Amino acid sequence: MRWARAVSVLLVVGAGVPTRALSQSDGEWTMPSHDLAGTRFSSLSQITATNVKDLKVVITFSTGVLQGHEGQPLVVGSTLYVVTPWPNLLYAIDLTKPGGVVKWVYAPNPSDRAIGIACCDVINRGAVYADGKVIYNTLDGNTVAVDAKTGKEVWRTKLGDVDKGETITMAPLVVKGKVFVGNSGAELGVRGYLAALDLGSGKEVWRAFTTGPDTDVRIGPSFHPFYPKDQGKDLGVRTWTGDQWKLGGGTVWGWLTYDPELDLLYYATANPGVWNPDMRPGDNKWSITLFARNPEDGYAKWAYQFVAHDAWDYDEIMENVLVDMPVGGKTRQLLIHPGRNGFVYTMDRTTGEILVAQQYQPTNWATSIDLKTGKPVEVPEKRSHQGYYTNDICPSSTGAKDQQPSAFSPHTGLLYIPAHNVCMNYAGVEANYIAGTPYVGASIKMFPGPGGYRGELVAWDPLKGRKVCGVKEDLPLWSGVLATAGDIVFYGTMDGWFKAIDAKSCAELWKFKTGSGIVGNPIAYRGPDGKEYIAVYSGIGGWMGAVAFPAVSTSDPYTALGVAGAVPDLKQKTTMGGMLYVFSL
Amino acid sequence: MSFRFELCLGVLIAIALMASQYQPKAPLRELKVCADPNNLPFSNQRGEGFENKIATVIGADLDLPVRYTWWPQRRGFFRNTLNFGRCDVVLGVPAGLDAVLRTKPYYRSTYVFLSRRDRGLHIRSLDDSVLHRLRIGIHFAGDDYENPPAAQALARRGMVANVVGYSLYGDYSKPNPPADLIQAVAHGDVDLAIAWGPLAGYFARRSAVPLDLVPVSPEIDPPALPFAFDIAAGVRRGDHAMRDRIQGALDRHRAEIHDILENYGVPLLGGVGN
Repeated sequence: MRWARAVSVLLVVGAGVPTRALSQSDGEWTMPSHDLAGTRFSSLSQITATNVKDLKVVITFSTGVLQGHEGQPLVVGSTLYVVTPWPNLLYAIDLTKPGGVVKWVYAPNPSDRAIGIACCDVINRGAVYADGKVIYNTLDGNTVAVDAKTGKEVWRTKLGDVDKGETITMAPLVVKGKVFVGNSGAELGVRGYLAALDLGSGKEVWRAFTTGPDTDVRIGPSFHPFYPKDQGKDLGVRTWTGDQWKLGGGTVWGWLTYDPELDLLYYATANPGVWNPDMRPGDNKWSITLFARNPEDGYAKWAYQFVAHDAWDYDEIMENVLVDMPVGGKTRQLLIHPGRNGFVYTMDRTTGEILVAQQYQPTNWATSIDLKTGKPVEVPEKRSHQGYYTNDICPSSTGAKDQQPSAFSPHTGLLYIPAHNVCMNYAGVEANYIAGTPYVGASIKMFPGPGGYRGELVAWDPLKGRKVCGVKEDLPLWSGVLATAGDIVFYGTMDGWFKAIDAKSCAELWKFKTGSGIVGNPIAYRGPDGKEYIAVYSGIGGWMGAVAFPAVSTSDPYTALGVAGAVPDLKQKTTMGGMLYVFSL
Repeated sequence: MSFRFELCLGVLIAIALMASQYQPKAPLRELKVCADPNNLPFSNQRGEGFENKIATVIGADLDLPVRYTWWPQRRGFFRNTLNFGRCDVVLGVPAGLDAVLRTKPYYRSTYVFLSRRDRGLHIRSLDDSVLHRLRIGIHFAGDDYENPPAAQALARRGMVANVVGYSLYGDYSKPNPPADLIQAVAHGDVDLAIAWGPLAGYFARRSAVPLDLVPVSPEIDPPALPFAFDIAAGVRRGDHAMRDRIQGALDRHRAEIHDILENYGVPLLGGVGN
């Protein structure tokens, strides 16, 4: 473990906002993934393996909203901010008062039409703080900036058109005076994009589409993808048939990270829309692609498409954690991407070269990733086609993990991944129903993967490409992870347990049963009293979590895009709720 | 033995009847229907769709005023409406849909080839080689392996580049968004559309340019891709009492419902509702 001491997380200094002393800012949680590098690592260390057993609830707060509470609160100074699922209320909670007292609530009043459009519950993944404003997205496609002191709206920018199927669920990031926002709704013919808004005014500065000609994708002379398969002109058009790129999907609904030294913004795109695989021959670029872009003008430095011509809904909007670690005696600037498709990719973030790619959950659609070509070595019989049955595909469309973010500890050099072990059968022909029109779709039936567990917290060595230790869970993990300098890792389960484990051994140290399943991401902060606090949402929902809703039938395993078959017991194990819990010693 | 058995059975039946009679149940005061507020010819908020008319017939038969909850028919429709308790009935449910408890089908319709009469195309079959040379419009519903049957049938025959997708949801701020596909045929944006019959039939009648409808053949594209569907009414799973009430009303007004469907230009296939 000695080498691990040399590991350095990128030092994070808020760009575009007044620089704060690191120690002070580290007691806060001002952006979705704690820092620009996306580590979800807090340097607070009061809570340790020895005393964590004494952790007690100090604040409980009902948001008044049911549905899935994904995302995480923010803490700025002595105020904690909560963004709820639709109707996307923003609460400011005064942490100086015992038990926490609501200072104000801001209601953006998003259109209720967004409810029927959002694919996978009406969730929101949180806000970012910059320049005195709390900035977040509403389900109906608006970005709002709210005065962090008064709760008054400063600006509002309409990016997505809910009438055309566009929603926004992701948490924005602020870099160099710009707010970065991406859209959701690949299923509805929406063309994915990342937009940059001016932090002061909300005005759109640039927009980089996922599909289309290079000018739309913002690919220019500075574009140098590492692998030949990703090189060429106008691939966002030429890897599609006809005009299909216009309905190309590849939305940007996940997590963003930024490296100030390289001045590169990182994110990855979703699955291609809108047709089934047989109807869209070609590589379908730039769906399922990791981009490194210049935040100033949006132009891409490099791109890497994880999977060409997706047949499984393995979209890759997952987090890209930026860390510097020694490889072969030399410190390398790395990017770790725990993939939906079952592989963890450790890449050189300056070039996009893959250094290590190994499976972290049962995976059978590909045996390995060819590091020379960057292409997966696929198993042809596991590729789905309409009109056919393809059985036992692992992982299922929900992935070996979904959007719920992992955490990286520079103390251990490990990435803590909230994983799923769920497989699927793809049945090619099924009558179903949308909009007064019977259609024939394919049904996906999910079921637990091999090994007698459905979720696992995996402590992953990104250099060796192997699991160091893990905690197997009955249910798939749909919560994010927090790592702290007390060498503890926190996460929650879909039946509502909030747990602390030892960062080195994965041994369980403490747990607490919250009122509803946990699909949110825990955070740590230093309170006004100088003490360390841990906060997390409890409130089942999201794609898989929606199975817990009373209205979702579990007698049909194809319900909710097939996830009912993966968690048929969820309704018995948890019920809806929407709460913030805060713990301290 | 036999006598006693029958007696027992009779008593059991009597008890069962009494039990069902005395189940505490709030009397029905209204027929609560969930429907799309903007989706002609099926339904709209002004009550102009054929499902609105059929709901009125059912309500009148049951002597209940019809009360609507309006909800766009998109993903999560049943979760947010019927199964959420916002209503008791949804009309226009494909007979194969397991998410709800269904009545017997009250009509059967089919996807159709739709083209301008002045083009003289006369396409009858998915295997017509002329299809390869046409620009064909079809609806898309989403990439989660959810496409109308035409998408799959055409892809299987190698027709991909000549297919133009129209969102089934369209732009919801405009009236009847799925009708975009029919407009595209009338305007000549595509040579041919493969569309769900009730939608095509209704808008073809209102088109300024004469349009021809031909049922898609084969009715089931081998091995198992259907282009014709039985359509029923749906209630919550387990709500057999409501299902039986609706079924009774449908049975008593078969001819009237048939007339409504014909008036709306719904291409009706035999075997149901006669």
